Amino acid sequence: MNTITAVNEFVIRFANVNGTGSASANMLFAKSLFRMGIPVSPRNMFPSNIQGLPTWYDVRVSEKGYMGRRGENVDMVVAMNPQSFERDVKSLAPGGFLFYDSTKYIDTGKYRSDIQWIGVPLMEICQREYQNPRQRQLFKNIIYVGALAALLEMDFDVIKDLIASQFKAKQKLIPPNIHALELGYDYASKNFDCPLSIKVKAADLNKDKILIDGNTASAIGAVYSGATVASWYPITPSTSLVEAFEKFAERFRIDKETGEKKFAIIQAEDELSAMGMVIGASWNGARAFTATSGPGVSLMTEFLGLAYFAEIPVVLFDVQRGGPSTGMPTRTQQSDILSCAYASHGDSKQVLLFPSDPKDAFDIAADAFDYANRLQTPVIVMLDLELGMNDWISDELEWDDKREYDQGKVLNAEQLDKLERYGRYLDVDGDGITYRTYPGTHPEKGAFFTRGTSRDEYAVYSELGEDYVHNVDRLTRKFATAAELLPKPVIYKAKASAVCGVVYVGTTALVQDEMTDLLEQDGIYVDAMKIRAFPFHSDVKKFINKHQKVFVIDINRDAQLRTLLINEEDFDPAKLLSIRHYDGMPVTAVTIVEQMKSALGISDNSNAEKRA
Amino acid sequence: MSYMKKPQFYNPDLPKNELGLTIRDYEGSLSTLCAGCGHDSISSGIMQACFELSISPHTVAKISGIGCSSKTPTYYLGNAHGFNSVHGRMPSVATGANVANRDLTYIGMSGDGDTASIGLGQFVHVIRRQLNMLYVVANNGTYGLTKGQNSATLDKGSKPKKGPDNPWDSIDLVTTAIQMGATFVARSFSGDKQQLVPLIKAAVAHKGFAFIDCISPCVTFNNHAGSTKSYDYVREHNAVMNRMDFIPLQDEITTEYAAGTSSQVSLHDGSVMHLQKLAEDYDPRDKITALDNLQRHNADGKVLTGLLYVDPDASDTHDVLATSKTPLRELKEKDLCPGAEVLSSINASFS
Repeated sequence: MNTITAVNEFVIRFANVNGTGSASANMLFAKSLFRMGIPVSPRNMFPSNIQGLPTWYDVRVSEKGYMGRRGENVDMVVAMNPQSFERDVKSLAPGGFLFYDSTKYIDTGKYRSDIQWIGVPLMEICQREYQNPRQRQLFKNIIYVGALAALLEMDFDVIKDLIASQFKAKQKLIPPNIHALELGYDYASKNFDCPLSIKVKAADLNKDKILIDGNTASAIGAVYSGATVASWYPITPSTSLVEAFEKFAERFRIDKETGEKKFAIIQAEDELSAMGMVIGASWNGARAFTATSGPGVSLMTEFLGLAYFAEIPVVLFDVQRGGPSTGMPTRTQQSDILSCAYASHGDSKQVLLFPSDPKDAFDIAADAFDYANRLQTPVIVMLDLELGMNDWISDELEWDDKREYDQGKVLNAEQLDKLERYGRYLDVDGDGITYRTYPGTHPEKGAFFTRGTSRDEYAVYSELGEDYVHNVDRLTRKFATAAELLPKPVIYKAKASAVCGVVYVGTTALVQDEMTDLLEQDGIYVDAMKIRAFPFHSDVKKFINKHQKVFVIDINRDAQLRTLLINEEDFDPAKLLSIRHYDGMPVTAVTIVEQMKSALGISDNSNAEKRA
Repeated sequence: MSYMKKPQFYNPDLPKNELGLTIRDYEGSLSTLCAGCGHDSISSGIMQACFELSISPHTVAKISGIGCSSKTPTYYLGNAHGFNSVHGRMPSVATGANVANRDLTYIGMSGDGDTASIGLGQFVHVIRRQLNMLYVVANNGTYGLTKGQNSATLDKGSKPKKGPDNPWDSIDLVTTAIQMGATFVARSFSGDKQQLVPLIKAAVAHKGFAFIDCISPCVTFNNHAGSTKSYDYVREHNAVMNRMDFIPLQDEITTEYAAGTSSQVSLHDGSVMHLQKLAEDYDPRDKITALDNLQRHNADGKVLTGLLYVDPDASDTHDVLATSKTPLRELKEKDLCPGAEVLSSINASFS
């Protein structure tokens, strides 16, 4: 039997029952590897449920830095869930390792003989060591981490340090947790030939890096960018963004002397109300945001149209997921691109930003408030579950203390005094962006009545067609201004000259290196472009025009990014080849590469020959 | 009438308030509602109340939804910012605005369609949040702007202009408001300015959520015989609970009341409401009595008007959220941004 041999290059899957406290033990495992300087990408696959259903936590360890999901097969499984045991055994690659609780006899031969079985009597150890059933459950998780430490040759001190910092506030929990770790470590050391042929080795590849999820990074960005009003309605996978905002605001925005809060968070009765509050607060001069997911965007859509026409800044974080129901909502997709880009009735169109990693999410969150105020329009930050709810290795977050918030074109009383007549929708500068005033600014000047459509440049009620056309044509000019103001795409040139390009947004960036390497192995070179904003920057058009064929990667069934490109830029549809992935799991480099090769007419056989 | 320019003439001898402003300074543009519309009387009531209270118009924010009533904020306080938002969603926009700047006066203008049907959810939740605002419903039991459909406040059995009698039970907004925790609840009639203006003044001065359900007949679609929201019907069935005189903090108290018929309610800012009671033993600070009275009069087919319930010591959203006394919108980088050094420690906590 072949046994997998790998150092710092494998995937381990933890199969647990949700609600059993496994998440923190699994996180402890992943973070220990991170602290050992090894690139690691943990991914949580969880049900829409609180207790009792299967949950999986995949940890990809990759010294090459491949942080995307690798695929269905894994090299080691920690199979802690009897419900999913058969399926988990099947998910192992031949020669892989199956770690299981051997307290009860399992006829391993009945399942598979081409894998290594590693049985540790976890329940037995717990029954012996602990009286309390809850403790037995929780420490069982820590015991398997201890066993893995021996099996994979992890740095035991690193794990102990992490436990110490995790329980800094509850010191008395440190010794029993370390004891549990040692129980597992000792059992594995005595009963198995440690380390296994898959193992880890300390590296120095995580210098100046942090391990953080995109929702938290976005929330910190909102705190730094001066957001004071957050209104929201709970919905997975966006909930943790507002919760993180609350946590950091409570920490840094409460006046120590008076206890006054320099922020307001309101849990609304629904997403319509959440968006209404953001609009009201922004209209009145505060920096406000909400966070939601697809169904919330649907409910906010009427209001998004109002904000577009009334020209009110809005920051909306859309953490994308699958379609209606419970279930798919805890999986990832990028399937709100069209519903957000064209959100609302009438001639409306919205600004989108696409963060691709946590540092980017922090920067984009902070910038989003400036863009929304500068452009006086909603800005929708398009995250997805993959970025929002998983921990990523990321560059550290950075802030320039000299940075000032850009509130855009807002007139104060003094400026109003100098004007003969103020026109709220008068394009003074020719960039399509007009001047606004906040309520209460001046006793006699600058007041106006905010409406959607149906007014002239001076905000006077008008039902004239020519006034409407004049206004929406200016909004088109404003969108052109936006295209060049928003972040440019990032272009990655191939190592050799390339006739093909590949285009994507957001978290697909995670598989780019692996995708490029796989293609290069087959002698295929493609230039890549990560689009960061809609309306599209002129560089997007240049990139696509420069290449003969361009692959457009979509994490949705109907190729929404490709549709948006064709619709907005008049590209020849035949030139844009669609790569799609939409089963709710994060896309893998292999999936993309296979679809690309098939589109190029390169069969796998010919590649096999080529490799040989 | 929107094509008509508003006359600029004004009488130089018009009385002035403490700010040196006349009632003309509280006007907006010319109303485009139907001649005789009750809503215009509400608009003039708001102008009169703000004038008498010497509120500088630009410190008011007027927010509305969609409908005939929601059009009215353009017709008063022309120097105040206004926001004609989305149908049924005025409360959320008002909430955001109020949270951003606690120093302005917020007047929300809505109708019975806007509040009792599409906006019922937002209506009850803005009350739960104790938003410091005046929320007025111009209640005519009909959808005027879409030409006369029945609304959810139309009484069961009321005769519409066309079609069968209304078969559905109605939603009583004042009862709902009291049950949801509103701390100032009144009902009035657009045809009774003597009652309405002092109520608006007291409601504006009230800290917390103030609600006025103002019966405002629709002269075009719901003012015929058989309608329970017509001028005639309301005049005949109006059971006036109390007459109020509102004395702002600054004014010298001159009004006199007959002993035994008036009660006095002091508000938080020191101003005083004098209630001339027409019904005996009615204390508007007692929620249970208020609800009981409403039910009894309703059963008798009477429309109970006046100040129905008030909690003079109410708190508001900002008290609950403990937000800073400085309006959130005034806070700057130094107040809001934790800075680069703190960010290093945040980074460290994720490494």
